[in-house]
Amino acid sequence: MAIFLTKDSKVIVQGMTGATGMKHTKLMLADGTNIVGGVNPRKAGTTVDFDGTEVPVFGSVAEAMEKTGANVSVLFVPPAFSKAAVVEAIDAEIPLAVVITEGIAVHDSAAFWAYAGAKGNKTRIIGPNCPGLITPGQSNAGIIPGDITKPGRIGLVSKSGTLTYQMMYELRDIGFSSAVGIGGDPVIGTTHIDALAAFEADPETDLIVMIGEIGGDAEERAADFIAKNVTKPVVGYVAGFTAPEGKTMGHAGAIVSGSSGTAQAKKEALEAAGVKVGKTPTETAKLAREILGA
Amino acid sequence: MDLFEYQARDLFAKHGVPVLAGEVIDTPEAAREATEKLGGKSVVKAQVKVGGRGKAGGVKLAADPDEAVARATDILGMDIKGHTVHKVMIAELSPEIEAEYYVSYLLDRTNRTFLAMASVQGGMDIEEVAEKTPEALAKVPVNAVDGVDIVKAREIVAQAKFPADVAEGVAEALVTLWDTFVAEDALLVEVNPLVKTKDGRILALDGKVSLDENADFRQPGHEALEDKAAANPLEAAAKAKNLNYVKLDGEVGIIGNGAGLVMSTLDVVAYAGENHGNVKPANFLDIGGGASAEVMANGLEIILGDPDVKSVFVNVFGGITACDEVANGIVQALALLESKGEKVEKPLVVRLDGNNAELGRKILSDANHPLVQRVDTMDGAADKAAELAAAAK
Repeated sequence: MAIFLTKDSKVIVQGMTGATGMKHTKLMLADGTNIVGGVNPRKAGTTVDFDGTEVPVFGSVAEAMEKTGANVSVLFVPPAFSKAAVVEAIDAEIPLAVVITEGIAVHDSAAFWAYAGAKGNKTRIIGPNCPGLITPGQSNAGIIPGDITKPGRIGLVSKSGTLTYQMMYELRDIGFSSAVGIGGDPVIGTTHIDALAAFEADPETDLIVMIGEIGGDAEERAADFIAKNVTKPVVGYVAGFTAPEGKTMGHAGAIVSGSSGTAQAKKEALEAAGVKVGKTPTETAKLAREILGA
Repeated sequence: MDLFEYQARDLFAKHGVPVLAGEVIDTPEAAREATEKLGGKSVVKAQVKVGGRGKAGGVKLAADPDEAVARATDILGMDIKGHTVHKVMIAELSPEIEAEYYVSYLLDRTNRTFLAMASVQGGMDIEEVAEKTPEALAKVPVNAVDGVDIVKAREIVAQAKFPADVAEGVAEALVTLWDTFVAEDALLVEVNPLVKTKDGRILALDGKVSLDENADFRQPGHEALEDKAAANPLEAAAKAKNLNYVKLDGEVGIIGNGAGLVMSTLDVVAYAGENHGNVKPANFLDIGGGASAEVMANGLEIILGDPDVKSVFVNVFGGITACDEVANGIVQALALLESKGEKVEKPLVVRLDGNNAELGRKILSDANHPLVQRVDTMDGAADKAAELAAAAK
């Protein structure tokens, strides 16, 4: 069953005709994703050939949805135009918008998040600054390499792209139901909690791996949610124990401010909620193996 | 990016927040003319990006231009909590103050919205107010789409229980402060204190602004606000090459791809260091996705140029990036550095996993560079890098 994305998902790509969009649309198609269109008002009516697969380009998200029944949009739109593109997706009421773009101004992401709320939250936003999500063997919406792992029964939610890949690789023999990269920005759409709730409800997920990093209090709130609502085993990992205060560590949201947002506080909160937290990615994978007896 | 007070003052003035006149100078003698322009009296204020400068003696009154020069002489070069004072602001003397307040806007990450904070207890550390008298600090969510107009500003003022005689003046200041927050793509704008003077004016006497660097594409003026002199030279060199680098105080140089994996690498190296003379990571360096030979060379050049670095750990998980490209990058980078006459003497430990890892490992083995060692697990490679750094310490 998986979460948020299945073989039945019909995916469009906003920004498909740019260099990054072209590269990743090709990869997503290779992973079996049902890509039904791209969006670019200046190239509407044309098609793009991806190794023999002709993908039509539409003038707007609404038009693409009307003509194809698309229910997922993946956005590879440059930061300066991302807000308008997400707002367009929200206006079209597409059920899922996956915002890959890194470097979106916080005033823009706060604005489209507020706009989604004002429109009744009909569009689930994943990202920005994320690798997207994959349901191995079914569909891939974003830039997660499709060949790291296979379908299985672990659910993964992570702020970091490369740590997502690392963890999928460590546990590649067991496999994943879905892996969701929620992004490393200060304002993101889908949170750890949203993914945890979906994995808890997914009958095809037996164990959840949750990866966090310094900054904000999303992990602490996720810990609270786990204690109250999650019955499945959760294994955690937190990056950034050695990060100095006041420095942004690559991700715009990865910053320890004063005494808040530290890795230690996040680890303690997760452990207090019964989550086994690994010291390294490899140790975290080992904890997952032990629980699954695999 | 955090700004100096004088930069915050300039932005406030630009957007109509009521401020006093002020001019920034970096030589004592310049205090004379600046004070003369203000009518002969001034306040000499140290410009440092840290709180508590008043208590540290960084803010002094000057009754005449000579005294301003003397005070500027005292303050320039002063050390305030580890920050050297390179600039002072010569500011207009405030009219007599009747009350001090606090107002700010900031990003509320938890609720994914903006937040207005306001208190009639200003002039002191707001974290202290929040802790000791939380009821005295109003926190009002501000929706990013709706923003703050005069009606919303009055709501904030009412929640913070400002006295009736200043309510409208503070509300107007709150609207202009919101304009600053939005127009400048700020993550924080804070006025502390916002004062009511005896003659009934509302003035922003001191402030803090932090800007969102992701908005630089539409904020061409922001680059000039950067304090380039204060940046660590290695960080400045990395920035000039578009590398995501943070200098740390350890001995193991780190290069990796992806912010999360690099943060994790620092931690794993620090754990390994516990068994090897307590060595620690020397830096954070994320070379991102498609790491070309050139990017790898730039990264290696910065790290090998850091005298604190005793060993280097290159930790790459090939996602979209193929490990053979990364391995070629490392080999070419070393050749490039050596051809530029730079002596590469520090040992490199390389861990490649993921996409085309076997090919990448073979390229490194075939190149057989005397300083490069391959270790194929992240924890094992971290241990080796820590061991080599400890041995060279």
